[in-house]
Amino acid sequence: MSDAEARAERLAVTFTVNGVEKTVETLPMKRLLDVLREDLALTGTKEGCGEGECGACSVFVDGRLVNSCLIPALQVEGSRVDTIEGLARGGELHAVQRAFLEAGGAQCGICTPGMVLAAVDVLRKHPNPTDEQVREGLAGNLCRCTGYMKIFDSVMTAALAIASRDGEGAA
Amino acid sequence: MRPFGYERAESAVAAARRAADTGATFIGGGTNLVDLMKLGVMTPERLVDVSRLPNRDIADADDGGLAIGAAATNTALANDPRVRERFRVLSLALLSGATPQIRNKATVGGNLLQRTRCPYFYEVGLPCNKRAPGSGCGARFGRSRDAAVLGTSEHCIAAHPSDMAVAMVALDARLGVRGGDGDLRWLDVDALHRLPGDRPDREHDLAPGDLIETVRLPPPPPGRHVYTKVRDRASYAFALVSVAVVLAVEDGVVTSARVALGGVAPKPWRARAVEAALTGARATWRAFCAAAEAELAPARGHGDNDFKIPLARRAIAGTLAEAAGIAPEVPTGGRRATP
Repeated sequence: MSDAEARAERLAVTFTVNGVEKTVETLPMKRLLDVLREDLALTGTKEGCGEGECGACSVFVDGRLVNSCLIPALQVEGSRVDTIEGLARGGELHAVQRAFLEAGGAQCGICTPGMVLAAVDVLRKHPNPTDEQVREGLAGNLCRCTGYMKIFDSVMTAALAIASRDGEGAA
Repeated sequence: MRPFGYERAESAVAAARRAADTGATFIGGGTNLVDLMKLGVMTPERLVDVSRLPNRDIADADDGGLAIGAAATNTALANDPRVRERFRVLSLALLSGATPQIRNKATVGGNLLQRTRCPYFYEVGLPCNKRAPGSGCGARFGRSRDAAVLGTSEHCIAAHPSDMAVAMVALDARLGVRGGDGDLRWLDVDALHRLPGDRPDREHDLAPGDLIETVRLPPPPPGRHVYTKVRDRASYAFALVSVAVVLAVEDGVVTSARVALGGVAPKPWRARAVEAALTGARATWRAFCAAAEAELAPARGHGDNDFKIPLARRAIAGTLAEAAGIAPEVPTGGRRATP
């Protein structure tokens, strides 16, 4: 820690993470990404570029997909933050997570948490998405491994799985 | 990142007064400012957070226009049904910019005041008159591919990066600015940004504490809305050249033309030469090419970005043709008869 950082005033920020309220004492310049990973040990959210270019740090804040590397932690006071760790329920992977496993949408894993959350966001808005809607929805997430085709396949696989499940539920 | 003070404003009036008193910098969505702070390009000592002010609604105005709270996100504005239907060029411009994540966070006010992406501005070790007055313009004799070709000076050739602002200039938007004294004054969006001249560090005439609180769109001009964005890759890239057009044609004659350009100038560029040449003229490919030629007549390239001049001419003519529903003329041999 630099002298300047040591002198800086720490401030408390309270917000909900994956349904649980947390209060963290933080330096003003700490990013939401850092608070999640360092203070709350939620290391599922990854840092890629740190400049808002790659989407690896994507999380939901109040239901909106955002880059946590561009958010001063103090800005989320009172907000609801949802990370990749909150996606699986009761030990059961989310349909999008299962689809990424089945269709080979994940390789090295750095982009995957952000990519999965972006895919969840796409499917919330477009349960039966077109190729264009998937591409547009994932436009803020870079992957250097897969070439994207298997990721697009994963989103479509998840869409079918969710539709099939919901169809059974309705029947 | 350098340490800084942080406070959240309770109202626009309080935010403006606080910033006027302390010299604080406003933070909205922070998608540009936080990045610049991490790089040491901007080093504010104090931030006043205006992202949660109540001025984020989008509402019908009495005159048939739209009143947009400056804290509205780019996503909210782009997807507003009234914007999609009646101010379509604005929705198209917004959706062509950035990524879903950034549009979800970026605000209308912040978009207007975002900084250039000129690489010399972004790298504190390099000369840049905008960031460090007197240090020189690195881009003029260096990497100028992204730089402007209109409205530049020997001191700065940086291009303005916004798509949204280009559409707002075409739509004659007016900005409601809350001053540190609590008064609200009105400013044409076209008058917000200054040309660099010999003070490229002064990008606008807003005083410390001046907060863009609201944006008013007058009733939309008649005609078809088209936004063309030419860029290096199909998504998430800044414009090399962009063109916002709202064009009305009756019986083959242009009755109303609104045209603005992005990526080619230090500010969102209202293409008044195009508008003057076309209003009352027959809507033909030849007329569109001549109008584009007139707008670009004063343009000057700096080597790497020379290509922007013919690219802008073609983009203007092509966008006008699309709005008018006429085909660009293609001579035998397959090449387009573009200027």
